[in-house]
Amino acid sequence: MSLDVNTIFQIAGIGIIVAMIQTVLKQMGKDDWAQWVTLIGFVVILYMVATLINDLFEKIRDVFLFQ
Amino acid sequence: MTIDILQIVGLGLVATFIVLILKEQKPSFAFLLSIFVGALIFLYLIDQIKLVMDMLIEIASSAHLNNVYVETILKIIGIAYIAEFGAQITRDAGEGALASKIELAGKVLILVLAIPIMKAVIQTIIGLISQ
Repeated sequence: MSLDVNTIFQIAGIGIIVAMIQTVLKQMGKDDWAQWVTLIGFVVILYMVATLINDLFEKIRDVFLFQ
Repeated sequence: MTIDILQIVGLGLVATFIVLILKEQKPSFAFLLSIFVGALIFLYLIDQIKLVMDMLIEIASSAHLNNVYVETILKIIGIAYIAEFGAQITRDAGEGALASKIELAGKVLILVLAIPIMKAVIQTIIGLISQ
């Protein structure tokens, strides 16, 4: 059994770092940049999650004989 | 197997703490993380389910059962599995209404898959009556 634990910490790290960057940018008065940083972080994490869910659905298709 | 359950519970606990921390900063990221961990646990469970399914298929083939019925049952279990996963994710996000719609879709699709089996049963019963 090999659970991929690293990605959990990656997601947590991205979340915290993005929150930090957002705070700094907001204090510099660049609110629109902070918005973009949040969006890009969200897309990166969404890509990770989507990859894993794709993996899961492929495996379900294999096991339960869906064509 | 006993080690595996410890690993899964440990993973869940660690993920819960991280989600709690992340929720203060970015709630949407925390939600994605909980989806990720859920998918990870399901991905592990499917390996175990595969063992059970292989045994089921082996028994059915040794009993010379019609292959269509076994396939239908496997598909029904698969639909239930996927629908449960989706409904739980949606419910975690606070969309209870959407979750119950997903469950309804799962039930309807299972009913549709069961049509050939029900047809066979009813035809057998009618054949018994008319004899």
